[in-house]
Amino acid sequence: MSGERVVLDARGIDRALTRIAHEIVERNKGLEDLVLIGIRSRGVHLAERLRRKLAEIDGTTVPMGIIDITLYRDDLSRSRQQPEVKETKVDFPIDDRRVILVDDVLFTGRTVRAALDALVDLGRPRSVQLCVLVDRGHRELPIRADYVGKNLPTSLDEEVQVRLAESDGVEEVVLHRREG
Amino acid sequence: MNFSRRHLLGLEGFNREEILFLLDTAASFKEISEREIKKVPTLRGKTVVAAFFEPSTRTRISFEIAAKRMSADFVSLSGSTSSATKGETLLDTARNLAAMQPDILVLRHPSAGAPHLLAQCLECSVVNAGDGCHEHPTQALLDLLTIREQKGRIEGLVVAIVGDILHSRVARSNLYALRTLGAEVRLVGPRTLLPPECAALAFTTTDLREGVAGADVVMLLRLQRERQVGNFIPSVDEYARYYCLTEAHLRLAKPDVIVMHPGPLNRGIEISSEVADGPYSVILDQVANGVAVRMAVLYLLGTGARRADAETERPQLAAIGRARRRASR
Repeated sequence: MSGERVVLDARGIDRALTRIAHEIVERNKGLEDLVLIGIRSRGVHLAERLRRKLAEIDGTTVPMGIIDITLYRDDLSRSRQQPEVKETKVDFPIDDRRVILVDDVLFTGRTVRAALDALVDLGRPRSVQLCVLVDRGHRELPIRADYVGKNLPTSLDEEVQVRLAESDGVEEVVLHRREG
Repeated sequence: MNFSRRHLLGLEGFNREEILFLLDTAASFKEISEREIKKVPTLRGKTVVAAFFEPSTRTRISFEIAAKRMSADFVSLSGSTSSATKGETLLDTARNLAAMQPDILVLRHPSAGAPHLLAQCLECSVVNAGDGCHEHPTQALLDLLTIREQKGRIEGLVVAIVGDILHSRVARSNLYALRTLGAEVRLVGPRTLLPPECAALAFTTTDLREGVAGADVVMLLRLQRERQVGNFIPSVDEYARYYCLTEAHLRLAKPDVIVMHPGPLNRGIEISSEVADGPYSVILDQVANGVAVRMAVLYLLGTGARRADAETERPQLAAIGRARRRASR
């Protein structure tokens, strides 16, 4: 693809996640009551990796769930084609837990807003922290991340794509001009 | 998958991808009904009107629960309490309902093709909740979802549909969809209740034993006594003697056979109590899946910008004509 720039490679992604895992342990003083919730689809892969890294550091495997935010989107009656709904899968109570919400890219903040709504429908967590691999700026809502893999200044006509081995066969974060 | 339909009128003409997409979407909605707070905000501000001109408990309640779990406003009207009893025509009733700006109209009507007519005349989306002897698409979808959950697949399964095929919209919708998904369908019933046009689409037999032999799924139909079925069979007792499914019949089927019934059950007529309450029965799973299927249908029709260029779905006029003639016979 023309004008595509790699901003994080496989090693960069792995290093960022390792650092975030240490930050999570440090800030929460351990992993007690902690749960990871990945936002479909790439947030799920990232949450799984974080879970493994946290287990390596602390020796505990924290519970992990998956949420699909489609039903909570604020643009359903605006987009011509409704997005595909996939299952939300959180098999444990989140009441009084410390939830770490995981997504690949933080942009306008609307996905996170929807995820927060989905989360409170499942219970009342003690706290919610946000973890993203890339923060590209341009927030439209008062939302910020607690853990960021890479802060990436972008312009609005650029697109950030996170590609992960599990879903895309390659491991990279790229920046390119929006087409058309 | 690009699901571009505005209405759900019938499964005839749906392709494999569309049906599988509907089933996948429905499967994703099941989890919502298992939550402590069984509600998502997706259809907030949308209005679903259900107009039922025939009796129904399951289907109407199922649509109502589905709409409410999606946060839609749900208003229902039943034939016996509507202005239809004062002589208002269906089209006039529908135009008046449409003037109140609903987003989705769910219609059950004794005349085949009634929802197709309204789909052509109204702005809102129309869902067919059973039109005469023609189609009942959400029932077939919930049946397919139940089969897929139990068997892991639909392709290649042997499905015996047993009973009053002639008057059954459930059988018709299932027949179309099961064939599209590659199942082998057998239709079983007395010759008078096996419509000739269906014989071209499936293996037919009047012998229940032959019909269920080696079957993966036995789908029973209710003997529709309100549709003058008495003219087609010598007596209900005789029907029961030849077609009431018992455990002895099920021993001829596959060991892991499942038994389905769209309800309401006529115990002792088409199904024996030992089968209805036995281990093969998935009748209550069907009911649970009905809510998920209807949530998925309301989601797919109720969201997305209004499509001005939406394909106009040509009603299957020939099939409706056949069903109409049958109803008036």
